[in-house]
Amino acid sequence: MRLPQDDTFNSPDTTNLLDRGSQGVIAKPLDRPEGPLKVSGSATYSAEWKSDHCAEGVLVLASIAQGTVKTIHKDAVLSMPGVLAVLADEAMTRRSTQGTAGEAPVQGVQTVEYFAQPIALVVAENFEQARDAALTLEVEYAPSDTPVAFDPESADAEVELAPDTEPVEGGDLDQAMRDAAFAIDVEYETPGHASAAMEPHATIAQWKGDDLVLHGSYQMLSYNVKEIADCLSMAPENVRIIAPYVGGGFGSKLGITHEAVAAAIASKQLARPVRVVMTRQQVFETVMRRSETRQRIRLAADETGKLIGLGHEALVSNLPDEEFAEPVTQATEFLYSGENRLLKVDVARISRMTAGSVRAPGEAVGMQVLEAAMDELAQATGIDPVELRKHNIADKVPVEGTPYSSRMLAEALDQGAKAFGWDQRRPKPCQTREGDWWIGMGMASAARVNMLVEAEARVTLKADGTALVETDQTDIGTGSYAILGQIAGEMLGLPIDRVKVLLGDTSLPAGAGSGGSFGAISTGSAVLRACEMIREKLAKALGCTEDALELKDGLASGGGKSRAYPDLLAGKDLAETGSIKPGDTADDFSQASYGAFFAEVAVNAFTGETRVRRMTGAFGFGRVLNAKTARSQCLGGMVWGIGSALTEELAFDLRDGHLVNHDLAEYHVPVHADVPAIEVILLEERDAAASPLQAKGVGELGICGAAGSIANAVYNACGARVRSFPLTLDKIIPHLPDPFTEAG
Amino acid sequence: MKAFTLDHADSSASAITAMAAGARTIAGGTNLVDLMKLQVEVPDKLVSIRSIGLNDITQDDDGLLIGALVSNADCAADTRVRQSWPLLAKAILAGASPQLRNRATTGGNLCQRTRCGYFYDTTQACNKREPGRGCAAREGFNRIHAVLGTSEACIATYPGDMAVAMLALDAVVLVDGPGGAREIPIARFHRQPGDDPSRDNVLEDGELITAVRLPAPTGGVQVYRKVRDRASYAFALVSVAADVTMVQGRIARCALAFGSLGTVPWRDAAVEDLLVGETPSPALYTRAAEVLLKDARGFGANDFKIPLTARALAATLHEATKG
Repeated sequence: MRLPQDDTFNSPDTTNLLDRGSQGVIAKPLDRPEGPLKVSGSATYSAEWKSDHCAEGVLVLASIAQGTVKTIHKDAVLSMPGVLAVLADEAMTRRSTQGTAGEAPVQGVQTVEYFAQPIALVVAENFEQARDAALTLEVEYAPSDTPVAFDPESADAEVELAPDTEPVEGGDLDQAMRDAAFAIDVEYETPGHASAAMEPHATIAQWKGDDLVLHGSYQMLSYNVKEIADCLSMAPENVRIIAPYVGGGFGSKLGITHEAVAAAIASKQLARPVRVVMTRQQVFETVMRRSETRQRIRLAADETGKLIGLGHEALVSNLPDEEFAEPVTQATEFLYSGENRLLKVDVARISRMTAGSVRAPGEAVGMQVLEAAMDELAQATGIDPVELRKHNIADKVPVEGTPYSSRMLAEALDQGAKAFGWDQRRPKPCQTREGDWWIGMGMASAARVNMLVEAEARVTLKADGTALVETDQTDIGTGSYAILGQIAGEMLGLPIDRVKVLLGDTSLPAGAGSGGSFGAISTGSAVLRACEMIREKLAKALGCTEDALELKDGLASGGGKSRAYPDLLAGKDLAETGSIKPGDTADDFSQASYGAFFAEVAVNAFTGETRVRRMTGAFGFGRVLNAKTARSQCLGGMVWGIGSALTEELAFDLRDGHLVNHDLAEYHVPVHADVPAIEVILLEERDAAASPLQAKGVGELGICGAAGSIANAVYNACGARVRSFPLTLDKIIPHLPDPFTEAG
Repeated sequence: MKAFTLDHADSSASAITAMAAGARTIAGGTNLVDLMKLQVEVPDKLVSIRSIGLNDITQDDDGLLIGALVSNADCAADTRVRQSWPLLAKAILAGASPQLRNRATTGGNLCQRTRCGYFYDTTQACNKREPGRGCAAREGFNRIHAVLGTSEACIATYPGDMAVAMLALDAVVLVDGPGGAREIPIARFHRQPGDDPSRDNVLEDGELITAVRLPAPTGGVQVYRKVRDRASYAFALVSVAADVTMVQGRIARCALAFGSLGTVPWRDAAVEDLLVGETPSPALYTRAAEVLLKDARGFGANDFKIPLTARALAATLHEATKG
């Protein structure tokens, strides 16, 4: 038995308490408790809180990319109806905050670093007045003398090694390429992506004396409080964030962004609540982008297809001095064999909005390219793509030599292939034609690093025999309410309707927050630990050992005795705060979630339009906490994979650096008609090194490689090997055979 | 959004009176309201025409009369339209979403404005939005832009689907206004930009669309082929509306209209003349495309539309003539 104070995860946890529970709620595909509120429109999202006498703020964006704001002609708009203030406070944020920063991003809005950067806030009695004034406001600028390039490929863009990284180097890759029986040396491109969360960023700020209360849309509240406090030079203890429901984040709400600090400053100045809701276009233009990437992949294989060398070098971009660089090669480090290797990420310094975490940073674009290149190797060697991957599963992490924790890659490949009917695939392109459409199949591996982070949660077993779980963990649509309740229900022997979960309020213990797929396992582990402490006390009160204790349906049994909780608790609540911190297991093992994607596509023989016809994904990510919400996460990831493969692309005008397709009409995410039947297979697994729950992250796994399977299916369908994502029809057409030719 | 007044007309006459007093008409508002939010359009007076009637579809010996206020959803669902002018129903259903089609009207859809990103963004130069300011699209990100009918001033497309089908069906636009009622063949309704891209169509100030008339059905095979980046809810990269009658293995009659290809819905009599009397074949489709696209000019990101159109035309003719 672990000691309660032993909250650092230093060695694998094989006690497996959740498998010894009697309640039977863990892993069950239970509905989200808050689901009815959400589908009926009665869950309160950030901009929807009622606040008396609330003024409305609208951000003013720069119409230049680089320079200095010289004059803001405030007076002309201050005389417009309803306008209360025009603020250009130097505490306002210039860039977005990276995830887990816990400190202010670059502040000061007099300097303009990218097109459409916020430079001011207009506040008025109502939203329409504020927006009119914001669009009417005249601003004079002085252009920058030392412009930064708009194009990462431009000779003027400064390029450096990604900060705080070192290339992974082993053996001699060049020699391995020369020695290889099969060598692939290819360059791929992926475009910038937007998070495109459904709920735009929004904050309502209100001061009570020196205390600031924010209703806002954020992913990681304990960090966000520190970031806001740092921006405003105040103590974090004086900031409270309330965010019980968040309408998607996908990385864009990990750190605070422009509207939060602007609302707080305006509220202070006007001594009344102020709401700032970003427009869709403002979210696209100012918040966070995934960097575009250019990736060179080198694969050196022996005559059996075994990799003897692996190179993955990427060029990404960000604003000058920004530390984040899309970690493109993150999964390449551990996925396949090949001791001769060079993995490296360079970053070009350019003038575009902050680049940061968007939907599985690193693997989402790194895996799709690596897996497309692996398909090229399969083609070159004539080895089946599934077999090629199985053949290259390493025994230990190449170069580093680290052992793996539990890993289900081979099982995912086998089970996915079987369920999909991979044996029906015809290896050569242009073999299957249905009417105007070429049909093809492709596959790819899935991999995403696992992270356990610091988290706390309080669990109270109430005198009435119900339980309350409290943490500032957010639910960004993922199922936090459901799974935290299930962990407590299983551990405390309670049906799910007797467990209440309160989230998204910084007055509660600090959970992990939602990001990096770590929220469920980290905050869930803290809940588990709090429950362990409660179980210990229940055993003591009942007079049995904890091993003998059995909890089910609110009844504690053990040592021949059996008592209901209200009786056992004798009118007193039993509250414990559990916590978890990452420890040695993070370094002792290579931990990741794995899977495999299989896709069937149709490519129009005339127009090159590509439609995904069906997909299968098989995933192993340790213990499944809720089979329904886990499946939904995988489904969502695969849908994003369709977007990444076929349609999503941030289009910048390289003359002035502005984003041309800044809304959901022109930035094409998949719509219903693009999403076919998708099958998700959840593999049975326990990973003792990953977390005390034996669970790993699943939130992002479904996207990590998905687009590669689609690109590979396009090649199989029509022979178009397009090395530039997304695979829009204009890139496919030049590779198409005469549309009037027959198949085969 | 600028502050504006909203009045409600109860007849086309009262709407025309309000327009003479400077009001802009609003029907479904699916395009105008978006543009007002972005301050691309800044009317200070609106008159709603939702309650002026004009929302019936009637049939007589001359064809079908579709009231200007008939919603896109109702038009596409109308049994007569589906049976005798299926091209129109297909084109309407290829556009927008069910919610938008419920709201959008026949007259409004004819007047929808371009989706050029530079037109929509007031930080950018656009002669259509602000005459004389220049065209940022010509050398910008112009993937969705026109390759036919462009001018120095403007390369924006008319983006819709409905009007493309109507063009192939020889529709006539009925309008009323201070100068009285008149009829405009749809081929002359939309304007190429020339040196004044601010006017999308030939409506005079104060004129109101009252109906669209479709001539009697041809009985041909009608195909609407919309090529786009995703399967739904995206404007066409190019679309082809075809109405083809085959007699004894030869093309006896043929109407072809193209969307998102030119600055206006595009029809070329020379292409149809070339096809009539011929036996369908890939070589014939290629010759037709060569005639259609002989003056086509790309601006970089939209160069692909030229080969794409040739392919879409071949696919459409192949489908319409295979029997």
